[in-house]
Amino acid sequence: MTGTLDQIFVLLQHWLVGFLPAGLQPVAAVLLSVVVIVCFFPALFAFAVWLERKGLGRMQNRLGPNRVGPFGLLQPIADGIKSLTKEDVVPLSADAAVHFLAPLVLVVAVFMGFAVLPMGRNMVLVDMDAGLLFFFAMGASTELSVFMAGWSSRNKYSLLGAMRAVAQMISYEVVLVLSSVAVVMIAGSLSLTRIVEAQNHYSGIFPHWYIFTPWGFAGFIMYAIAATAETNRSPFDLPEGESELVAGYHTEYSGFKFALFFLGEYLAMFSISGLGTTLFLGGWSAPFSFLGWVPSWIWFFSKLMLSIFVFIWLRGTLPRLRQDQLMNFAWKFVLPFTLLNLLVTALWRFMGEGWERWVVCSAILAVAYVALARLEMFKGHFGPRRYRYAE
Amino acid sequence: MLGEGILKGLAETARNFAGSYFSAKRLTTVEYPEQRIAPLEAARVFPFLVYDGSDWEAGLRCVACQICEKECPPKCIFIEKSKDKKPDALGKPQFYPARFDIDVSVCMSCQICAEVCPFDAIKMNTEFELATDDRFGGLMLDRSQLARPNEYYRQIHPAEAAAVDAHLAGEKAKADAKAKAAAEAAAAKAAPPAGGGD
Repeated sequence: MTGTLDQIFVLLQHWLVGFLPAGLQPVAAVLLSVVVIVCFFPALFAFAVWLERKGLGRMQNRLGPNRVGPFGLLQPIADGIKSLTKEDVVPLSADAAVHFLAPLVLVVAVFMGFAVLPMGRNMVLVDMDAGLLFFFAMGASTELSVFMAGWSSRNKYSLLGAMRAVAQMISYEVVLVLSSVAVVMIAGSLSLTRIVEAQNHYSGIFPHWYIFTPWGFAGFIMYAIAATAETNRSPFDLPEGESELVAGYHTEYSGFKFALFFLGEYLAMFSISGLGTTLFLGGWSAPFSFLGWVPSWIWFFSKLMLSIFVFIWLRGTLPRLRQDQLMNFAWKFVLPFTLLNLLVTALWRFMGEGWERWVVCSAILAVAYVALARLEMFKGHFGPRRYRYAE
Repeated sequence: MLGEGILKGLAETARNFAGSYFSAKRLTTVEYPEQRIAPLEAARVFPFLVYDGSDWEAGLRCVACQICEKECPPKCIFIEKSKDKKPDALGKPQFYPARFDIDVSVCMSCQICAEVCPFDAIKMNTEFELATDDRFGGLMLDRSQLARPNEYYRQIHPAEAAAVDAHLAGEKAKADAKAKAAAEAAAAKAAPPAGGGD
């Protein structure tokens, strides 16, 4: 019974595809999964927007949307209808073709990332041997669409936003990949399903998730920072900093093209949270061995929503960084620390089982964190701004 | 220590988030059209005309002296003086405003009209729901729309109204005493002392 519930979507797919002639079955199976992904994640997007507006409201002592439907739950539908019925304005001097393509490229590239994410036991669209690589390749091509949007709009705000976005995304892409490399070093595979399998063991009741190791914890923090920057979320939302740049690279987009950018941003958040879950939080495996009877996809999506909530929480807490702070943080703190983490991971791998590696790895990371932070504070890269003349 | 401030901030927002379900202090929103809070006593929006008694037309305190019209910085008041006179609260024959219009789309709520009025006839209202779909006629308030009874004034600005009432009662008493004295003097003049004369 538990097995049936666990595999319910897989069985449903087999049952539906069974009505077709044998030759069509493989194609139909893939198409069916694609349709489900393409329908499900936008629905989750609508829910996440509601959750974000409600959560932010509560953090700011407000109620959030509560007029459309019970608890404002129908607000995303109202917003969707509004953006569908709005005029689609294309600036006269814009490069119309590129301007039109940019949001499509973004959404398509982001959707591709979902293809390799294992969303439950046997629930992965394409089980690639180099799934992680594919994911990062697709994730990196979102930068292209951001720059297409900024460049083709022929608007200084759009262009500035796009420049910032590209600078930021490239800087943090490095960190994102390097913090994931640590996981690959331990799991010994680029296949996301195998990375989840590697974490799906238990000592007593506790799981072997990578976040519960010193290198995994440090890697996860670095991954989370890079993921926040990569998805242009606050406090790294400089590319669309509305106080300086109107709306950044999507200033000149209106109506449903704007909605597509919005969708793309949230989908990127889902896919990158999904990858973080897969790499560090054990993917679809249960948090305790005795909870193994709960369907695996429930665990995956609970962890996903938890990550989304953390994104919202951060957005409700932190103010936006300045461009130089952003770059300093990426290249002078996060990147060196991630590189050190790779060394620590190697150490962990070769020290073998035992308590010594826990002490040694934790100590190295803690000392490095404190020393690096002190150094950067001392050099004035972090902390309050010091003015040279106006003091 | 790096990151300490972030953790502190996260704790504060978490407290706000959880607290908003339990304590009113962490959820300060008033859901306006359904929930309302009484306007503060010192609140002021646009002016209104005070009248005594129950008939607004007869009881208007305004004597059409036009000081407010002249003092109004954005010139939003328009007064037309009456041709005839009628007795005011003190029984003195006075002019009255045949027209008294305030264009609230021009009014800047400065309260100068209320401050210069020697008759306490114009005061500041606290009504703010004046939205209308006719932006020219709908925002031009005439005297029937501006007139409010003195009871209403007492209700919205209790302390201020009490002072005004006391002042007016004093004026009335003084006027009455003067009238009485004048009447007595006139009576005395009309009827010379009995023992006078030769």
